[in-house]
Amino acid sequence: MSSLQTTIEAPVTPVRRSKVDYSQGPQPVSINPTWCKKCNICVALCPQNVLDTDRSGKPVVAHAEECIQCGICWTHCPDAAITSNYR
Amino acid sequence: MTPAVKSSAAVQQSDVVLRYLRPHKKFPNLWCPGCGNGIVMSSLVRAIDKLGLAKDNVVLVSGIGCSSRMPVYLDFQALHTTHGRALAFATGVKFARPDLKVVVITGDGDCLSIGGNHLIHACRRNIDITTILINNYIYGMTGGQISPTTPSGSVSTTTPYGNMEKQFEACELAKGAGATFIARTTVYHTSQMDRMITEAIQHRGFSFVEVLSNCHTYYGRLNRLGQATALLRMFQEKAARGKAKSIIDEESKDMIVTGVLHRDDEKTELCDEYQKLLDSLSKGKA
Repeated sequence: MSSLQTTIEAPVTPVRRSKVDYSQGPQPVSINPTWCKKCNICVALCPQNVLDTDRSGKPVVAHAEECIQCGICWTHCPDAAITSNYR
Repeated sequence: MTPAVKSSAAVQQSDVVLRYLRPHKKFPNLWCPGCGNGIVMSSLVRAIDKLGLAKDNVVLVSGIGCSSRMPVYLDFQALHTTHGRALAFATGVKFARPDLKVVVITGDGDCLSIGGNHLIHACRRNIDITTILINNYIYGMTGGQISPTTPSGSVSTTTPYGNMEKQFEACELAKGAGATFIARTTVYHTSQMDRMITEAIQHRGFSFVEVLSNCHTYYGRLNRLGQATALLRMFQEKAARGKAKSIIDEESKDMIVTGVLHRDDEKTELCDEYQKLLDSLSKGKA
């Protein structure tokens, strides 16, 4: 069955537009740097490529304006290190 | 802070898990970076928060293993018991205090290997316990030995040339033993996991939720499957919802069927039966 054997590739370009203007308020998500263990699940799973890693390997908010508050980063964080500032 | 995103009652706060952690415990937790146990922990917290249960009315019972560290971090009533005997202790707790919600958190070695007998008898009795089996295909805490759920052909530290044995189908075992709510989900599907755990806690009777988790430290490294994100992507690719089961049985054995696999609301629950017996005996005396 060919329809079942789809390979899922990492998203390249964001498809949805953010409805929130993050330039006025705080960052869309805040990351607790002492609890983060650099597993990078949040960076890999973010559908909008909001997060990126810094030199030490920890995630940082790189493209805040793309965040759609989907909740994938904080529901998949094993260390409860990510919280949203808007939800 | 004014919420800019419209929040309804269904949308949960992102910091809900922080309100249920024990304040005096040292964080971050001791699990490996990217371990699925943490994802299950926050999912369980969201399910309990959604149901609005008080912290003192929930008992988390666990045995020995990586996953069984979870009650140590969560601020509920906790019972950290001997290896494999979590369900036996939980049966005692539930029988003595039927008003409490008892949730057993157990791993694949804990529940299916040493505690296999307790599992089938808890299923048979249909006592109102929610069991969350975190299946990571290997013994993670002790160094990557084969567990009953290691797929045949997989490499572990005790089977360097591949596992010769067949693996356990935990959900089929629970169904055969008589559990009345059986669901399977993975750590990738967090919203589905929230739903399954919520339904399992609400269900009156023995409910069994198998959560497929990632052990990239041993299972992923020895089988060259990659890091945590690669294993999560593997779950994303392989998972199929319950409705597609008939197609999968014919076409591919490799897929993971997720969703509610079995549900039986007709069977009587053990604590209810016991209460009925007590009532009838006290009536007879008076």
